[in-house]
Amino acid sequence: MKNRAWYFVIPMMILMSIGAFLPLMVVVNYSQHYIFAGSAATYVGLENFVEVLHDSQFRGAVSRQFIFTFMILLIEIPLGIIVALALPKKGFWVAPCLVLLGIPLLIPYNVVGIIWRLFTQSDIGVIPKIFELLGGYYNVTLDSFDAASTILLLDVWHWTPLVVLLAYAGLQAIPDAYYQAAAIDGANSWRTFRFVTLPKLRSVLTLGILLRLMDSFKIYSEPLLLTGGGPGTATTYLSLFVARKAESYELGYASAASLIYFFIVLVMSYIAFQIITRIGKGGKVE
Amino acid sequence: MARIEFKNVSHSFEIAEGKEKLEWAVKDMNIAWEDGTANALLGPSGCGKTTMLNIISGLLTPSKGKVYIDGKDVTELSTRERHISQVFQFPVIYDSMNVYNNLAFPLINVNLPKSKIKKKVMKIAKILGLIDYLEAPSSKLNSAEKQKVSLGRGIVRDDTVGILLDEPLTVIDPKMRGELRRQLKIIQRELNITAIYVTHDQHEALTFADKVAVVKDGRLVQIGSPHDLYSNPESPFVGYFIGSPGMNILDAKLKGSTLSLNDFKIELTKDIADKIGIKNDECQLGIRPEEIISSREKTAGTIPFEVAIIENMGSYKILTLIKKNGSDRDLRIKTRVDINIFVSKGDIVYLKFPEKYLKIFKDNHKIY
Repeated sequence: MKNRAWYFVIPMMILMSIGAFLPLMVVVNYSQHYIFAGSAATYVGLENFVEVLHDSQFRGAVSRQFIFTFMILLIEIPLGIIVALALPKKGFWVAPCLVLLGIPLLIPYNVVGIIWRLFTQSDIGVIPKIFELLGGYYNVTLDSFDAASTILLLDVWHWTPLVVLLAYAGLQAIPDAYYQAAAIDGANSWRTFRFVTLPKLRSVLTLGILLRLMDSFKIYSEPLLLTGGGPGTATTYLSLFVARKAESYELGYASAASLIYFFIVLVMSYIAFQIITRIGKGGKVE
Repeated sequence: MARIEFKNVSHSFEIAEGKEKLEWAVKDMNIAWEDGTANALLGPSGCGKTTMLNIISGLLTPSKGKVYIDGKDVTELSTRERHISQVFQFPVIYDSMNVYNNLAFPLINVNLPKSKIKKKVMKIAKILGLIDYLEAPSSKLNSAEKQKVSLGRGIVRDDTVGILLDEPLTVIDPKMRGELRRQLKIIQRELNITAIYVTHDQHEALTFADKVAVVKDGRLVQIGSPHDLYSNPESPFVGYFIGSPGMNILDAKLKGSTLSLNDFKIELTKDIADKIGIKNDECQLGIRPEEIISSREKTAGTIPFEVAIIENMGSYKILTLIKKNGSDRDLRIKTRVDINIFVSKGDIVYLKFPEKYLKIFKDNHKIY
C-alpha cells in the first residue's frame, strides 16, 4: 500500500464490514439451510431459492411491489416537477412554501402510518366520513382497492416533497440565458420545458428517481401500521412478505427471499440509472 | 438584414421594482446600426451594454423611447417577432440534442419541412466548420465549438435581421479565441448581416467592428471607426479606454500658447494655439504612450522623468515615468519604448511630446 491514506480508511472498512457485509453473509448462509426453531440447521443448497421462485405468494408480492413502485414514480416525479415549477422563484413566499413542503419529510415512517390510520379508520376517520357524505363507500380494512390506493396516496403525500425540493434546487441552477436563447429561437413553452428545463434537471431527477425507486421498494412501516398487509394480501409488499416469513421462523426461506428481493432492487436501480443517463445523448442525423 | 435604431431609449431596472430613486442603466440613447455592418458596443463592465442588447432583442422593454428595425417600431414586439438572434457570454446549447438538432432547433420551432431544414443546417454547418460534428452530442464539444453552435442557431434562419454577440469570447480558451474572432468576422462579411458585438475588451471591438460605439454609465460617449476612436478621441475617457495602455491624460494650464504642466512648459506653435477655443484656462493634455519620443540623451526641448515601473511586454516595454517636484501631486506618465532600450528603475529618461499628436481636452470634451 503505497498510499498512506488507506490506513485512515481501514477503521471505516472494518465498521462497514461489521455493519453491512457480515450480516449479508449471514443471510447468504441462512438462505442455504432449512432452519427450524430450536433445532440444528440442515444444508439444502439452492432449494430455498427454487421454492421462493415457485411460491405464488412471493410472485404476488413481487408484482404488487412492481405496480406500486411504478405508480409511485409515475405520480411523484411529474407531480414533483409541476409543484417545483409552480413555486415562487424568489421573494417572501419562498421560505414558507419550502418549510410547508418539507414537513411531511420530517415525520418518521411509523408516525406517518399512525396518522393515516387515524385518517382512514372506519369509525372515526375523516376520509371515510367524507366518502360517506358524498354518498360513496370507503373501507381500508375491507376493500382491497381502497387499501392499496390509500397506501399509494400516503406515499405520494409523504415523499413528493422530496422530489419537489430536488427539482426546485435544479430549477434555480438553470441560468436565465438558456430561457432567453429558447425565446430567441422561437421555442414555445412546451419545447422550452422539453429541451431546456428537463435536460437541465437530468441529474437531480436521476437522483430523485433512484431514491424513490429504492425507497418505494422498501416500503414497510406504513402498510404494516395502516393495513397490516391486508385485506388479504392486497397491501403485502415484498418487505412485508419477507418479514412475515421470518416472523414465522422460516428463516432459510426468508433469507432466500431477502436475497432475491435485494437483487431485484439492485437490478432495477441499475436499469433505471442506465436508461436515464442514456436518454438524449447524441444521435444520427435523419 | 436590417437597420436597427434607438430613439431616446432609456431604461431603469428600478421602475419595475417600484423604487422611488431611479438609476438609469441606459439613458437617452440615440444610435443607429446600419444594414449589414459590423458594429461593436464597447464600455467598461456595468456600463449598460448588455442592457442595450437585451432591449434590441426584446428580452427587455425599455422604460422610455422606441426601438426601430428598418424604420418599423418594434418596441412592443416579442423577441420572436423581431427576428433578432443573440449569442450569449457563455455558450448556450441544448445539451440533450446533437449538433444537427441544435442547429435545426429554431427551424423545427417554425415547422419547416424536413428537407428544407436539412439544406439550411448543412449550409450553416459548412460556413461554421461544424460538418464533421453534426452527429456528435453537443455536450461533448469544446467551448469554441459550442459558441459556434449557438451562433449557428442564430444565422440558420433566413429571416434573422441581426445578430447580437454578448461578449462571446469570454469563456473561450485563449488559444481558440483569436481563431473564433476571425471566423466571426468572416461570417459577418460573408452573410452581410448586421452584427452588434458587445465587449469590454477594446482589442476585440476594434478588430471585429467597422464602427465602434463607446458607452459609459448608460450613455453614448463616442461612435466612430476604430481608427477615429484611436486617433481622435472626443473625450479623455475614450482616449484612456482605447489603446493599451490608454492615453496619458495630464492636468495642464493654458496661457496664450504655453501649456504649463507641473513644473515644465510646452510651447505650442501659433497655428495650434489659435485653433484652441480657450486662451487662459485649466485644461487636460492627452498623448498616447506610443507617440511620446523617449530618449536617454538630453537634447533641446526634452523633459527629464524618472523611471518608476518597467513592464516588459515582449516586443516592447511600457515605462511608467514619474516626475517628482516636491509637492504631493507627482506627475505620472506612461510611454512605450523599444525592447532594446535598457533602463532600470530610478534612471532618468528624456521625453519629447510631438506637437501633432497632442490632444487638448476641456470639461471632458476635446477642444483640439
